[in-house]
Amino acid sequence: MSIVTTALRTGRDFVLSPRYTSVLVTLVLLITMFVIGSSRYRNFSSGQNILNLFIDNAFLIVLAVGMTFVILTGGIDLSVGSVVALSTMITASLARAGWPPLLIILIVLITGATIGLLSGLAIHIFKIQPFIATLAAMFLARGMCYIIDLNSIPITDPFFTGLAKRIVLAPRLSISWSVLIAVAVVIAAVIVLHFTRTGRTVYAIGGGEHSAVLMGLPVSRTKVLVYVISGLCSAVAGVLFSLYTLSGYGLTGVGLELDAIAAVVIGGTLLTGGYGFVLGSLLGVLVLGIIQTIISFEGTLSSWWTKIVIGTLLLVFIVLQKLLTRRRSA
Amino acid sequence: MNILANLPKARLFWPIVALAALLIFNVIITPTFFAITIKDGHLFGSVIDILRNGAPTLLVALGMTLVIATRGIDLSVGATAAISGALACTIIGDAANPDDLGTVLGAVGIALGFSLVLGAWNGLLVAVFGIQPIVATLILMTAGRGIAMLITEGNILTISSAPYKVFGSGFWLGLPASIVIAAIVIVIAAVLTRRTALGLLIESVGINPEASRIAGVRSRGIVWSVYVFCALCAGIAGLIISSNISAADANSAGLWIELDAILAVVIGGTSLAGGRYSLAGTIVGAFVIQTLTTTVYTAGIPKEVSLVFKAIVVIAVCLLQSPVVQEWLHRRKPLFAVTPKAAA
Repeated sequence: MSIVTTALRTGRDFVLSPRYTSVLVTLVLLITMFVIGSSRYRNFSSGQNILNLFIDNAFLIVLAVGMTFVILTGGIDLSVGSVVALSTMITASLARAGWPPLLIILIVLITGATIGLLSGLAIHIFKIQPFIATLAAMFLARGMCYIIDLNSIPITDPFFTGLAKRIVLAPRLSISWSVLIAVAVVIAAVIVLHFTRTGRTVYAIGGGEHSAVLMGLPVSRTKVLVYVISGLCSAVAGVLFSLYTLSGYGLTGVGLELDAIAAVVIGGTLLTGGYGFVLGSLLGVLVLGIIQTIISFEGTLSSWWTKIVIGTLLLVFIVLQKLLTRRRSA
Repeated sequence: MNILANLPKARLFWPIVALAALLIFNVIITPTFFAITIKDGHLFGSVIDILRNGAPTLLVALGMTLVIATRGIDLSVGATAAISGALACTIIGDAANPDDLGTVLGAVGIALGFSLVLGAWNGLLVAVFGIQPIVATLILMTAGRGIAMLITEGNILTISSAPYKVFGSGFWLGLPASIVIAAIVIVIAAVLTRRTALGLLIESVGINPEASRIAGVRSRGIVWSVYVFCALCAGIAGLIISSNISAADANSAGLWIELDAILAVVIGGTSLAGGRYSLAGTIVGAFVIQTLTTTVYTAGIPKEVSLVFKAIVVIAVCLLQSPVVQEWLHRRKPLFAVTPKAAA
């Protein structure tokens, strides 16, 4: 009897606690949209169409993972879109100059991590708001793209074009290397966030920075680290983006930071920090992806509806978060 | 002596130094920088260009100053500007006679009216629902461009309307009309906030919302109205931008103007933490940004690279304002010899 009650209570807590409700709502939304899509359009539920969802959004998944870390601490990173653009520019220009591909990727990753490190240091040491510090990083990275080149640079290096090819899993089923990398990033992030001290510190900072300091957690190091992680993820996303488009261009990824933030919010991470999951952000990216797929399958709807729908979803989820946290504090 | 000693502490000192340094740099690379010629009774010259092109940023920065003073931020101004321009151009483009003054005024009225609605929406989310300003306005920032594209049906709408063209590239009393409009709005804002208690109330809400509410300040209404004012400024800026190019471009009109505006406010010495604000500082800040952009142009550097310079300016200004650096500066000896009386 008591076991049943406990189980029921646990189940109720699981559904009602703000930790999970948002994610569950997102999951239900994703499934509903998928069911609606499959019933309306032929081939919507085909295996390849589902895989395409991952292929087309691999870079956004990686970006959202990095953004999740930052938002969990209560911060925000506006520079991710520009770092993606800078990464594509560095990749394309160095590949054109004939540098070895692995060295190029290393340079890109170091650049991304350095930009994140600088933002993190500015935020932590000089107490500049995350919003402004990463805004400066956004300007800097975007401007540096144009210092490299004003025009789009195609990538013809055999290593990169080889990586851009699809991997055939079965007849009419293929994925890209980018998807594998994105999945690896998600797994790594889940491990770091849920099974390491660093992960617990990230949640603790979002829950209350002062308490985290009093508990003796390495707050300074972790606060800077989340921006390094976000910068690194942006650089990885940039490499994936250059594989996706096989070019580098300074105007890529304008507004990408908004997509990443939207994915994280829709995925149930609280913007004030402390609550949220990487897997939720993955669901958030898939929701954004499926909106785009539905709009392209519909055919008559124009692409700008995507923005309006994403904006509306953002609103719904933010109000939902507000209601959930209000109930928690009440 | 005291004046000299207090000079570097004056709020406007560093912004004005920055502006002066930029202007001097311009004179060095182009000696004719300050030359103003009169053609057909209108003024022309580099400085006039800065005034004209700086008007939209100036307007948006003005609204942003009041929003930031209440501890808020408005990211949706670029989208609001795009919507306002798109709406006006669509109405004028569809009208039977685009050159009719009544049509143009009607279109402007509808565009500004809609801007007010957008501002009221932001204000509702922030003041009534209590959503963080950065998040609340992010919604309109994302959806707004979509709405603007919905209005223009995804096209870049070009119109030819003589009365509408005046806002962006016409002249009133020899001065560019855009800067005259900006000046009028500035005067209205200054009189409303500095000649009445409104400015004081805005600052009190920004310094401590809870304390000011308990003291009887109707903070909800004040916060709401600053977002409405900010959207109105953005709407006017959107009209000037679209009128200047005689077209509504839903994608790129007002792109990144929110960042320029925030930058102008920060350079002008208004703290992002809310509270005390300076309209004069914002005006100087907006001209620093515009002069920087113009300087980059005249120096022959591609305009996109100006983002790097803006980044350096933001970092420098924020570092100077940061508590850590301030403390460090205060511990050191002041720039000029200072008597205890002057320091008080």
